[in-house]
This record gives sequence, structure tokens and C-alpha cells, in this order.
Amino acid sequence: MSDPMKIRATLQGDVADVRILMLHPMETGQRRDGKGQIVPLHFIQSVVVTHNGKTVLDAQWSQAVSRNPFLGLRVKGAKAGDKISVTWTDNKGDKRTDEAAVSAS
Amino acid sequence: MNSTRRSLLRLAGSAGTLAVAGMAGLLRSAATWAATWNKAGFESKAVAEVLKSLGATDAAESKDIAITAPDIAENGAVVPVAVTSRIPNTQQISIVAEKNPFPLAATFEMAGGGEGYVSTRLKMGQTSDVWAVVKAGGRYYVAKKEVKITVGGCG
Repeated sequence: MSDPMKIRATLQGDVADVRILMLHPMETGQRRDGKGQIVPLHFIQSVVVTHNGKTVLDAQWSQAVSRNPFLGLRVKGAKAGDKISVTWTDNKGDKRTDEAAVSAS
Repeated sequence: MNSTRRSLLRLAGSAGTLAVAGMAGLLRSAATWAATWNKAGFESKAVAEVLKSLGATDAAESKDIAITAPDIAENGAVVPVAVTSRIPNTQQISIVAEKNPFPLAATFEMAGGGEGYVSTRLKMGQTSDVWAVVKAGGRYYVAKKEVKITVGGCG
């Protein structure tokens, strides 16, 4: 099972500054392990961020995103206590969803 | 004795049906998901093909797109890149690392309260231009910024 994400959402005026840190190897399919075997492709393909259940960002990624990916975004019209939920799906079909509340700065 | 054999067969039969139904469900979800992931774009090996897959071949250069990335990145495995679009109604931002084996790194679609801003970290194989392709109001705009890489991060 995958590790939980770290999500921080802080309010700046009526805009929530959201920072997400996911834990994922993001293998490019080009790296070789100690035995000279190619490590197969394994990366997050899709990330969906919702604000109180409504999608605000729908991202499609390639293997070029760094290991343990960071994603930052801004959500307009947010209030303290609003729910920010993040779901990622990788190329092996693994999924993970985590949630955080917007905090006043 | 005969009756136990019958019930066992029945059990096996129903388990089989369930397994088939489960498989069909899996296949369906995989198909819908593949429709949204831009396979052609992510497997392109040249920027021109990437632009074509996005439908952005006639993109105009814009000064309203800001790419925040280091001029020199020592570690190509972690290059922080942020794109801010001040173009009204920004719907989509794509980030392209020109000289990567597969240039298209990510596409972000904004909806609802999502602002024209994203920040992430990329792997870059060598020094090259980073492109931001922005879709706003049905039109495409681009901006570029060169990032020098000391140690490549694709291996």
C-alpha cells in the first residue's frame, strides 16, 4: 500500500494556496538497478484535486515528474474549513486519496 | 453424498460468474481512464508532435505567461518549475521539457475555482528550453525559458 500524502492548504485572502507532496517512486523505465536490469515504468498518470467535492484541477503526468512529486496550486473562492481532496492513480492502477481542510493563515 | 457434490458445483459456478463480472468492470474502468490520458502526446519524442497532440500548432508567444524555474539546476532529477498564466480564462497548462526523451511532462486542466497557476518538480536529462503551453478561451499560447542542467536526471 502506498504512503499517505502530505497536503497543506492555507488561506491567503479568498485564495487557498494548496501544496501537496505525494510519495511515489516515479520510475522512468530507463534506470537500471544494481544487477543491470531495467526498472520498469511506474509513475503517477493522473491527479485530481477537488474543493468541497468540485474538481478544480485535473492533471495528467508523464514519468518526467520527479520522485515523490510535489504539486502546488491555488483555489479561488475558498474559505477556512473547506475540504481539499486529492486522488492519484498510477500506471499500475494503484490509487490513493487523501483529504485536508483549508486553514486560515 | 451426491447432494454435497451438487452444491459444490453450484458454488463453483456462481464464483465463476462473479469473477467474470469483476473482470469486465476492471476492463471498462481502464478504457475510460485511457481516453483521458493523452497517450499520443506523452509518447511523442519531439516538441512539434507534442504540440500537434495538444492541438496547439498555431500557438502564439505570450508575455502573460511566467515560467518560474532556476537558470541553472545542479540536479536534473529535481527541477522546480512553476507556471503562472495571467491570461483570462486559462483552462489548461502543459509543461514541456524540449530535450527530454519524451518532452511532454505534464498537462493540468483547471476547472471551477482553479487558478492559472501550477507548481511542480520535473526530471530533465540535459540543458534545454522548458515550454509552457497555455490554453485559454479556446486559443493556445506558449512561453519558453532555458534551464541549464549540471547533472542529468533521466538515468
